[in-house]
Amino acid sequence: MTPLWSALCVVAPLLAAVTQCIKPRWGAATSIAALSLIVLGGLGLASALIESGAQTIVLSGWSPPLGIVWRIDGLTVTMILMAGIVGLPVSVYAHHYFSSSTTANRFFWPLWMLLLAALCSLFLSNDLFNWYVTLELLSLSAVALVTLAGKPAALAAAQRYLYASLLGSLCYLMGVALIYSTYGSLDMTLLRAATEPNTSVWVAIGLMMAGLLMKSAMFPLHFWLPSAHGAAPAPVSAILSALVVKGAFYILLRIWFDLVPEAPPHSVTLLLGAFGAAAILWGSLQALRATRLKMLVAYSTVAQLGYLALFFPLSATGELGQTAIGGIVYFMAAHACAKAAMFLAAGNLQRAAGHDQLSALASTAQALPLSMFAFAIAGVSIMGLPPSGGFVAKWMLLSAAIMNGAWLWVAVLILGGLLSAAYVFRVLALSFVDPGPPAEQEAPKRVARSSEWASLMLAGMALLLGLNAMPMLELMSVGLPAIRP
Amino acid sequence: MSWNSALLFLILASSLVPGVMIFFVKEESTALRSTLNMLGASVKLLLVGALIWGVYQGQTFEARLSLLPQMDLVLHADALSLLFVGLSSVLWFVTTIYAIGYLENSPKRSRFFGFFSLCVTATVGIALSGNLITFLIFYELLTLATYPLVVHRGTKESLRAGRVYLAYTLAGGALLLIGVVWLKSLAGPLDFTATGVLSGRTDLDPDTLRWIFLLLIAGLGVKAALVPLHGWLPVSMVAPAPVSALLHAVAVVKAGAFGIVRVVYDVYGVEFAADLGVMMPLAIAAAITIVYGSVRALSQDGLKPRLAYSTISQVSYIALGTAIAGPIATIGGIVHLVHQGLMKITLFFCAGNLAETLGIHRVSDMNGVGRRLPKTMAAFTVAALGMIGVPPIAGFVSKWYIGTGALAAGQGWVLGVLVTSSALNAAYFLPILYRAWFKPPTGEWQERLAPSRFETHWMLLAPPLVTAALALAFGLFANMDGSALTWARLIAEREYAP
Repeated sequence: MTPLWSALCVVAPLLAAVTQCIKPRWGAATSIAALSLIVLGGLGLASALIESGAQTIVLSGWSPPLGIVWRIDGLTVTMILMAGIVGLPVSVYAHHYFSSSTTANRFFWPLWMLLLAALCSLFLSNDLFNWYVTLELLSLSAVALVTLAGKPAALAAAQRYLYASLLGSLCYLMGVALIYSTYGSLDMTLLRAATEPNTSVWVAIGLMMAGLLMKSAMFPLHFWLPSAHGAAPAPVSAILSALVVKGAFYILLRIWFDLVPEAPPHSVTLLLGAFGAAAILWGSLQALRATRLKMLVAYSTVAQLGYLALFFPLSATGELGQTAIGGIVYFMAAHACAKAAMFLAAGNLQRAAGHDQLSALASTAQALPLSMFAFAIAGVSIMGLPPSGGFVAKWMLLSAAIMNGAWLWVAVLILGGLLSAAYVFRVLALSFVDPGPPAEQEAPKRVARSSEWASLMLAGMALLLGLNAMPMLELMSVGLPAIRP
Repeated sequence: MSWNSALLFLILASSLVPGVMIFFVKEESTALRSTLNMLGASVKLLLVGALIWGVYQGQTFEARLSLLPQMDLVLHADALSLLFVGLSSVLWFVTTIYAIGYLENSPKRSRFFGFFSLCVTATVGIALSGNLITFLIFYELLTLATYPLVVHRGTKESLRAGRVYLAYTLAGGALLLIGVVWLKSLAGPLDFTATGVLSGRTDLDPDTLRWIFLLLIAGLGVKAALVPLHGWLPVSMVAPAPVSALLHAVAVVKAGAFGIVRVVYDVYGVEFAADLGVMMPLAIAAAITIVYGSVRALSQDGLKPRLAYSTISQVSYIALGTAIAGPIATIGGIVHLVHQGLMKITLFFCAGNLAETLGIHRVSDMNGVGRRLPKTMAAFTVAALGMIGVPPIAGFVSKWYIGTGALAAGQGWVLGVLVTSSALNAAYFLPILYRAWFKPPTGEWQERLAPSRFETHWMLLAPPLVTAALALAFGLFANMDGSALTWARLIAEREYAP
């Protein structure tokens, strides 16, 4: 059954995209159907994994190094499930969001499905070139989605995003070429056995990582993210922050597991961790200063991605490494749910008020208690407070850091949590400000009930992740390769 | 899930479920909202009664959910948790009545009562926590649930108070988190056990344990308002009176004090902590807080700020009693958890009545107010005398046990602290009583009419009378079965290894 389930995850969104090009009116329905099939496929894969461990599928019978292999382990399935489960409410939301402007509506659905197909095949792939292809597809459809906002600011942001993304791809491709010229193979399983610590491998890894860090907006290569995520239409922002950046980071993780031939020098991991710490501080401070709600949420993404970089100094062999890996993967999943919820809630406020200037949102915030509630719950996860997925992730990262005796990273984790509380409560305080006499305020526009519930659903998911982490953690750890000593 | 473990979840649900439902109640539907509130509070009282009965019969109550590898969410009921659960469910019941009366006709009541119920859920969760991780979860939930109550009025001042409150409590929570994670990674699951889970562990480095103790106490000390971590408390006085009552008597400061008790007795073990040498610094910090709070209270003219500083001082009696390694002082500290709660909530109810009925916010406006609000001021008098430590009111019992306990443990200096503090208590409470009862009435409030045939709305009058009566009864009948004192004795017996 495994080939069927995994094929489902790629074929369903592709078929949906084709259908949507022919019948634009079926956009929402076909997307939701495709996403449900992805979730189904993910669940099918999960049960297969738990029964019989990690699986490989040789596509069309050609085994590597000539053919292509998909490898499915716990990390793959977690990511696919994350994409499907976050995608569903976002699609419900987008259905109302885009109904008025027909052009955007027409292009959104096929692009979104294309993005999803690219993302799922990225998660399933296990060779460097396939990742290049899927990453390109992912980025191009993401850039196109940003332009749907139609405003000049969005177009400029999309252009910047495109250039940054192309530069990142180029870097990555050079690294891939270097590896191919040395080992004549791109399959990760073969490379894991073959790579040895030598200069060309290190240069190749350096190039690939630089490209991927650019694509996952790791400080100081994050410059393209806030404007793109802030200017895009709300559902697109949610998709970008929750899923797209995770795609690039996923490849980064895989390279770290399989390609890095020996424990990298301490200075390298320290540098990567320092970038993460800088991202957390810089992103949070910018979020504290932001005047627009969506920019605040976008800068929060910059900060949160910084936590991902803490993986590198904390990663290690043995049980400690397992804790750090578990923490990071859990972090990705919790952040996906929480951040998507935040962007959708912010979109609701923006819709209702007609703008997203924080200083003038109080009365709108109070007219939309459900959206604010969603923002609050998502905020709890972002701050890493219990009970939420963010807390579980922070707990595991803190454990790893403390067991390592890495007090610097403990301080960073704690400080990051406090700073995020500061900016999240900037928004939450809007619910409590006395908005003044109602006559002076323009009455907020109506927002579809389902849009409010979509954001609340996602926030609820972030909360649920904090209630019983064991099954998720068990799934994640199936077949996860150990870091090489 | 057996009935015994289900009961623990039901106790949490009895305020969580009404709380969530209240968020969806329309603003105008006062009757529905009040019904939900009172239903929740009554059901909780009944369930807690069943729990106490069950424990009395010798049953054990424990529920576990796995959360992370080697980390369970544990709810359980031991003697100490029952004390706190009992206190919070009784005081929640009376505070709910009071709050319904107090907030009549004010806006955003659904939001208020929703968070009010969540706040109690978190407090009860703290009481029932069976390990440090569970405690931490509910401790942070309490922070989140009380923020909306502090900023409820939505003015600039209350929003600022909210920010200060969060800055202190979230930073405290972060320290606590580091301490808990550290301890967990060293010592494994931290289920609360009488005489301490760490005592007898010789494999752990004592210096590390001291550092962790410092982190834990600093984290808990924020909510318990230990000087210099007390800055949030006077500021958050802008909240409505029922919130102040709840924050100061039951929920927030008590959560901190209760946490200190748990850490000292059930995590480290009191004798082990004394061997580590961490009890003396804690006792000194508590003593400084007691004197400092009282001194600051002296110079406050606002009634609520004066009570706030008094809280800072009084709550530290719990920490002081805890930090003296001797069974008698332990009894004093633990029993004060209940006694201070009853007396302080009475004082805040009365302050709320003065503000609500007559518009009095300052001590200097209280001349002759005893003639106008005799019952309210009678309750106030009982509670204030109790705070000073006049027998036979409950406060005397606490001070007596802490004092004799300190002597028994050879720590005579504590007596000096107690005497100083009692003198200061008298110095800031007695003038209030003198003004209220013996000075002729002055002030604009004389023209105000009584809102009902009682001196004030009955829902505002009954709660302080009940709590004052309880404070008196717990002092008078301290030696009878079922009093807080006998219960505290039971707890203290378990905590000292034979």
